[in-house]
Order: sequence, then structure tokens, then C-alpha cells
Amino acid sequence: MATDNRIHFWRRNAKVPGSVQPVYGAQHPPLDPRLRRTYPKDTKPKFNNLKSKKACSFQEFACSTNDAWDIDDEEDGHFSGTPFSAALPPSGQESTSSLHSQKLRPQAERPDRNEAPHPQQDHPSDCPHVNGTFGKSCSDADLSSSSAVRSPLQKQQSLPVRPIIPLVARISDQNASGAPPMTVREKSRLDKFKQLLASPNTDLEELRKHSWSGIPREVRPITWRLLSGYLPANKERRELVLTRKREEYFGFIEQYYHSRTDEHYKDTYRQIHIDIPRTNPLIPLFQQPAVQEVFERILFIWAIRHPASGYVQGINDLVTPFFVVFLSEFVTEDVENFDVAALPLETQRNIEADSFWCMSKLLDGIQDNYTFAQPGIQNKVKALEELVGRIDVDIHNHFKKYEVEYLQFAFRWMNNLLMRELPLRCTIRLWDTYQAEAEGFSHFHLYVCAAFLIEWRKEILCMVDFQSLLMLLQNLPTIHWGNEEVGLLLAEAYRLKYMFADAPSHYKR
Amino acid sequence: MGSDEAYNFVFKVVLIGESGVGKSNLLSRFTKNEFNHDSRTTIGVEFSTRTVQLNSFTIKAQIWDTAGLERYRAITSAYYRGAVGALLVYDITKHLTYESVERWLKELYDHADPHMVVMLVGNKTDLESERSVPTEEAKDFAEKKGLLFLETSALESTNVESAFNTVLEEIHKKVSSKEVIRGSIKAVTLNSSRPEDEEEKKPCCRNI
Repeated sequence: MATDNRIHFWRRNAKVPGSVQPVYGAQHPPLDPRLRRTYPKDTKPKFNNLKSKKACSFQEFACSTNDAWDIDDEEDGHFSGTPFSAALPPSGQESTSSLHSQKLRPQAERPDRNEAPHPQQDHPSDCPHVNGTFGKSCSDADLSSSSAVRSPLQKQQSLPVRPIIPLVARISDQNASGAPPMTVREKSRLDKFKQLLASPNTDLEELRKHSWSGIPREVRPITWRLLSGYLPANKERRELVLTRKREEYFGFIEQYYHSRTDEHYKDTYRQIHIDIPRTNPLIPLFQQPAVQEVFERILFIWAIRHPASGYVQGINDLVTPFFVVFLSEFVTEDVENFDVAALPLETQRNIEADSFWCMSKLLDGIQDNYTFAQPGIQNKVKALEELVGRIDVDIHNHFKKYEVEYLQFAFRWMNNLLMRELPLRCTIRLWDTYQAEAEGFSHFHLYVCAAFLIEWRKEILCMVDFQSLLMLLQNLPTIHWGNEEVGLLLAEAYRLKYMFADAPSHYKR
Repeated sequence: MGSDEAYNFVFKVVLIGESGVGKSNLLSRFTKNEFNHDSRTTIGVEFSTRTVQLNSFTIKAQIWDTAGLERYRAITSAYYRGAVGALLVYDITKHLTYESVERWLKELYDHADPHMVVMLVGNKTDLESERSVPTEEAKDFAEKKGLLFLETSALESTNVESAFNTVLEEIHKKVSSKEVIRGSIKAVTLNSSRPEDEEEKKPCCRNI
């Protein structure tokens, strides 16, 4: 293909022994990910082309962050793991569906059209191999003078791609906004949840069972509170307990928050303070000072109440799903652009307190991930290695052969519960299941990680050196993932857990 | 598939220093020519490469970016293994980050090769007005400790190439002079061609 020739022209004499390749430094100007379409996952890799296709999605992934994605993500509903297409709408409503998807499509074009043709487009090094084995530079760059040559023009504008579709599904489960009506199946699921939640004493076992396959958006806030054990099953007690817990949290704030300038605590506070702006940098919601202050308070109070670990980078990410879900109760659309200050103060405070307590409960189950030397994580990574050694010998040997250590990529999977590898909407869906499972965040997560790794086995086995393997593993292209992919992942994880539940040696608590 | 370009050396270089000094952006500036105002905290270790030309040699720089937070040190110590170079970064506007340099040096020498090439890097020179670490002071300290020294700005792309290239050149000099680099044999690969890579092409990568 012409493109391939342009990309690979320089490689023509690659096979000559002793030949030295032209210099490739960092790509300049850097590629704009908005001009680069992510290739669909099922694109068959062509010889010599796999890297460039995959590299395009790595580049896009790397330039954006986990939170950015393209509008033409087909999957937007998140009620269950089943593909949206499998749940056929009644025929009379099809027109609304197609209307909606038409509404979505034009927006996909917009970023491309508005972009002036990028000068880089005609450059042979168009498709980046950045994050692959080499980068590209001005082809005649003299390394020693290049810094001088590069002018202030390079004062690099960061390349965040503002999210075009929301974190949480825009398709509401009501008909009101002209979004496609809920499918029959989704409606009956929602009804089931409502029925369970209406009971004076919620049957938590039943609730867990249904939550495993995903929780309808409308009832997610209350379901999460129940599943985490924060909200009592007994309806009558709820008001009392909530009030008490919320007061308790704000009592902590009053009592301890001022001490963040104390000698003893100022390092903790300083670390939290510099991490918050780096937590969800691409999402406007999290740039609001009010929101950043909420995160600071939650994390600071948690840290000083848990001196065994204190604050560890990664814990900041764990507040996000709770905050977003509890906030979504008051927001019909577009959570990520919502102005939190518009909410009544009491509502804001309740969201904050509830996020604190639910996050606390989550962390209780995995605190040894964050204590000194992080033994929890080390054990889990080891367990992952053992599990993968059993379920996919090819992958396991492939890693051994190229000296890839599991710790080098799986550390982050365990420390941040895969939040850095998945879009936020997928994390939220994942946590439906994690909260439905017993010890989901610690135990089931292991199987999810194994299933996640095996998901990429084809790509992994195609990489035949250390560099490209690690680049792949640290930049897996999940940017388009939605409920369908997560659902399949969870099903596979469940299968693995079932198979290995009685094989003790691979998992030691 | 994978890397079938010819390169003569692979040098493993680590970026270390306090949280927030700009390690990740130094890395992205060098390997991708990007500066990201919206970068996230580094978790564990992140990895990037760039191939450069030094005289007539092709050098693949394998660069490891580590988290600065104390808590991670138990994990990241594993990553010093095989490193032949390090950039020890501090923020010129935050004197505290400079004060930690001694501690980082100690950790470095506890875990890594004593012959490794170390450069002290004062980052964020674009914030000159907020400077709290005088250049001369840091320069003297570096000299005393036998470290290379440069001040950089990942944001404005000042001296970033210089910093990495200088380190790589120094490493190359040591390697060429056959000065023993204990434990780093694997990181330094003498290769003029990689015929074995061509045999590795798996069926999945063949022309479909």
C-alpha cells in the first residue's frame, strides 16, 4: 500500500548486515492524535504493518490519556454485559435508534474537519513508531544543535483530546431526551432493581446477583452504597446512618484538616496537593477547584487515619468512580462538564462524605497494597504470573524469552485496579461486578487481570523484543472499550476463577 | 516483527528524583518531543525508547521513568538493575527537591552499578523567576560528587536533548574504553545485525 511504502521507505536496506539506520529521534512536530483514527481492533495485521497500525493507536493512546476517546465508540449503553445489538428494540422504535446514532456520527467528523491539514501528514514518517522501537525526528536533525534550532514554536501545547463522549453513558434510560428507548431487557432489569430496592429490607444477596451483570445507571448510586455496606439494608435505618456518617466525616474535617500544615503532616498534604491536578487531567469536572478540594480533603483525612500506609499515588484514582457515580444522581447528562458548585451545598457535602466512606471500605480490603514495600501488590503480581503460567504457556514463555517481568507492567494494574488501562466508564462498569463479588477488588481482580492479559495474546506474541513488548503492555489500546468488552472480560475472568478456584498453589492469600 | 533495525548498543537509563519535578515530561520531550500539561502521576515504572546516532554508532536508549514517591522505592529498586546511566532530576523552584538529591544518590549507589553515569538535572528553567536553587551551588555540588550537570526545561525543550545525549555519550565512552560495567553486560549489546529477529516472525505477522 502506498501508505506502507511511505512509512517504510527507510527500511528498504534494513536487512543488510552492519547497516546503520538513519537517525530517528522524537517526532517533530508531534502528531495530533485527533487526526489519527484508531484502527478497529479486528484489523488484520499485515506483515510489517502491524507495528504501525498498533503504534498509531499507542500514539493516540499515549498522547491522549486513558480518559479520552473518540465519538464513534459504538457501545454507549452500560446496563449489562450483553452487546447492545443483541438486545433488539421493538421494531416500531428502530427509527429513533438510528436517529440517535446519526446524531452521534457527525460529531465524530467534527474534530477532523476543523483541523488544518497537518504538515506532518505528507511526511514519510507519518505513522509514528513512537512507543514502538524508535521515534522520528526532523530527518536531518543534528542532535547537538537541535535544541538551539527548536524555537519557541515548540512551546508544546499539550495534546489533550477533550472527551467527546461522556464518562458515563449519555443514553439515559428514560425516553425523555430522544435517546433510544430502553430495550425490553434493560427495562426489565431496571424494574427488577427497583423492586429489590423498594423492599423495606433489601435482599443484598439478590442485589449482588443482579449487580454482577451491571447496574442500571439510574439505580447505581444507591446500589453502590448498599453493596459496599455503607448504607444499611434496612430502609428505616438509612436516614439515621447516613446522617451520622456524614456528620462524622465532617467532624474529621473540622478536627484534622487544619493540621495539613503541621510538620508531621505537611509532606502528606503536599504530595496529595500536587497529585490531584494530575488525577483526571483531561476531564473538566476535575479541574474545578471545588472538586479538587473535595479530593484533597478525602485523601488527606483518609491518609492520616491510616498511618500504616498513608497516602500512596494511585489511591487518588480510587476516589474518582465513587465521586462520579454519586454525582450522577443529580446530573442527567454530561457529568464530565457539570459545574458542581451549582448543586446545593448539602448535596455537595453528602457526595463528598459518601465518597469518603465508600472509598474507605474499598481500601480496607486492599490496604496491604499500599503499606510499606507494598506486599499486597507483590503477592498479587506473583499470583498473576503463576496463573498465567498455567492458562497460557505461550504468553508465559514469551515473556520469559524476552525477559519481561510481570512487575514491569502489572504493578500498575494492581496498584490502580486497572483504572489506568481502561476508560473511566469501563472502570465504573467493572466496579459493579467487583462490588457484587466477595472480595472483588482483591481476589476477583486477579482473574480479571489474567483475562485482560490473555485478551491481547495475539498482539503480545507478535512482539519479538523487550522494548516493543513493554510499550505494548503499558499502552494497551482500550480507548474504545465499552460495556461489551468489559462484559466479555468479566465472563472470561469468571470462567478462570471457576476453573482454578480449587487449585490452591496459584493463589496465596 | 519488533525491532529489526540495526543498532549497536542498548543503554538503559533511569530517571529518578522527587515527585513532581518533571521526570515524565523530560522523558516525553526526549522520546516523543512532547510536553504534556495534562500528564498523570507515574505509577510504578513507565518505559520509553529513542534511538540516537553517536558518531557512527546507533544507540538505542532504553529509558525508565520511575515514580518519585517514597512508597514505591521498594518496587522501583528492581529497576536499577542493568542501568548504565541515570538522570537525577530536581526542580529549580523547589529547594526541597534539591535537598533530597543526596538521598537519591545514596539509593542509586545502593542498587546500581558504581560505574554508572549520573547527571544532576535542574529542571523547569522556564520558571526562572521562581528559582530557589542557584545554578552555581548545584554545579559545585555535582562536581564534588563526580556528576554531570545541566539545567533544563522540558516545557521549552531547553537542554533536554543535551542532557540525554551527554549521558549517552559518556556511557559510550566508558563502554568503548572497556571500563568494567559490572552487571550491565546485558544492557549493552554489541550488535551489527540481528539475523535472529528475522527468523522470529510468527505466522500471525506474516502477510495475510
